[in-house]
Amino acid sequence: MRRALAVFLKYLSLVLATAVVIVPLVTILLTSLRTEREMATGGPLSMPGDWFNFDNFATAFVDGKMLPALGNTTFILFFSVLATVVIGSMTAYAIDRFQFRLKKLVLAGFLVAALVPGITTQVATFQIIEGMGAFNTRWAPILLYMGTDIVSIYIFIQFMRSIPTSLDESARLDGANSFTVYRRIILPLLKPAIATVVIVKGVVIYNDFYIPFLYMPSRDLGTISTSLFRFKGPYGAHWEVISAGTVLVIVPSLIVFLLLQRFIYRGFTSGALK
Amino acid sequence: MVAGRLHDGPPQPPTRHRRVRRSWRYTHWLYLAAPLVLLVVFTYVPVANLVSYSFTDWDGLSKTSQFVGLDNYTELFTRPKLFQVFFVSLFYLAGAVVQIVLALYFAAILGAGVRFRTFFKGILFFPYLINGVAIGFVFLYFFQPGGTLDTVLGLFGATPKLWLGDPDLVNTSLAGVSVWRFLGVNFVLFFGAIQAIPTHLYEAAALDGATTWQQFRHITLPALKPIISITTILAVSGSLSVFEIPLIMTGGSNNSTTFVIQTLKLAFQFDKVGLASAAAIVLLGLVLLVTWLQRVLVPDERVEMS
Repeated sequence: MRRALAVFLKYLSLVLATAVVIVPLVTILLTSLRTEREMATGGPLSMPGDWFNFDNFATAFVDGKMLPALGNTTFILFFSVLATVVIGSMTAYAIDRFQFRLKKLVLAGFLVAALVPGITTQVATFQIIEGMGAFNTRWAPILLYMGTDIVSIYIFIQFMRSIPTSLDESARLDGANSFTVYRRIILPLLKPAIATVVIVKGVVIYNDFYIPFLYMPSRDLGTISTSLFRFKGPYGAHWEVISAGTVLVIVPSLIVFLLLQRFIYRGFTSGALK
Repeated sequence: MVAGRLHDGPPQPPTRHRRVRRSWRYTHWLYLAAPLVLLVVFTYVPVANLVSYSFTDWDGLSKTSQFVGLDNYTELFTRPKLFQVFFVSLFYLAGAVVQIVLALYFAAILGAGVRFRTFFKGILFFPYLINGVAIGFVFLYFFQPGGTLDTVLGLFGATPKLWLGDPDLVNTSLAGVSVWRFLGVNFVLFFGAIQAIPTHLYEAAALDGATTWQQFRHITLPALKPIISITTILAVSGSLSVFEIPLIMTGGSNNSTTFVIQTLKLAFQFDKVGLASAAAIVLLGLVLLVTWLQRVLVPDERVEMS
């Protein structure tokens, strides 16, 4: 009897948690399908009259400039992720495969930097980006995202340790130089780690709000986050359009999650621990 | 990248040693050049600049500034309006405690095995992957007067509240959003650690007649200690540096300004770069202090990198 009650409470708590996660999201989805008229009459949980009313999505997509936003986000994402992979794997290669005197210092340099909350330094970073002439260009976030991502370096080092050094050594004996070893042996074997870094970094950049908000105020340079944020002004009272925009932003995350669950769990657990 | 060109380097002498690591004495610096430049330019130079700005009254625009000594720090600690924002962190800290306890609970019950485990795991984790602005809008709508929350609570007879409009309630609501958003990542970390515990420990304990609670208390908890300690530290420094959700949802109005929002406003709206830099240094100091305390109190081999 007590066991049955325990099992019941266990599932009850899971169902409640599921409801807490899903209800706010479902209401946004319902709202995005309602007409302006239905918004005025129905309560927040009322159903849309036409389940295939995609007018709000069209408004959000076109007037909300979601297409250029997607373009900007993709551009930033591509270059930042590419640079992170190249730089991160080279750093890990140097740290894991070479012995040198200042190694401890270099490592400490990266580790201490990981402790500095990025947001606090923006006051000073802003002056540097402006001094470089990168303010209000898509290169500002790219530079900041590729700048020393300790988490990816850590993921690469972890993975590189599992690649036997005998592989490099025999290649070296065959006359390969260190770059050939990196390019032909290490990099191909790092593929799973690269996949993890690409996914984690990709999700982080897609979701980041403050860096594009601060460094790219120009209307033409909206990213997914900042363009959605701009819905707040003109559509202040039009929740059906804001909801449609929100759904448009969430759906890609959901698809990526459903397709790549395994990588995502692994990536974020190794990432969160630094 | 320039890297491709850098590595042609000097010709390699054929080596016959057992450890054929060294092609040229400084090769590793070629690989480290780009990351170190980025590290210095985007982390260490800004921190150094923050320190030097913090002793001036610089406005961020003019060519000149006055050296003001410790004035900015004095102002920060003596003007109650500037300092009280730290109390807002307490709401998020309380939220973080709730979050860790809930994450532990769900990790423990899902770790012990339930039906639809993958589904529940996904549900709990997914909020962590959602865009912050989208979460902000989802909950602005959720908390609206007469909105979803009021309607649902109305079913149980509760009276509507101004979840975001009431200065006494707004931080609780926002901390709740933060728990909703970040619970999943703690949960997945704990869940992974529980999966790594050998099952025969539980089987042996069950044979000896240990209850579920005793198993959790004496097997699960000790095994999770290191990860709980790291999570707690991240929670503390996280609650000190909260800004995204309140910035998006309330813009810091109604008593919901956090320390970081205030710092960013001082710097980018009120052109008080000097004062903002001092604030940033104070926050940085606090975060480093908390991390250092953790390293001292709970020595942990997991965080080591080499």
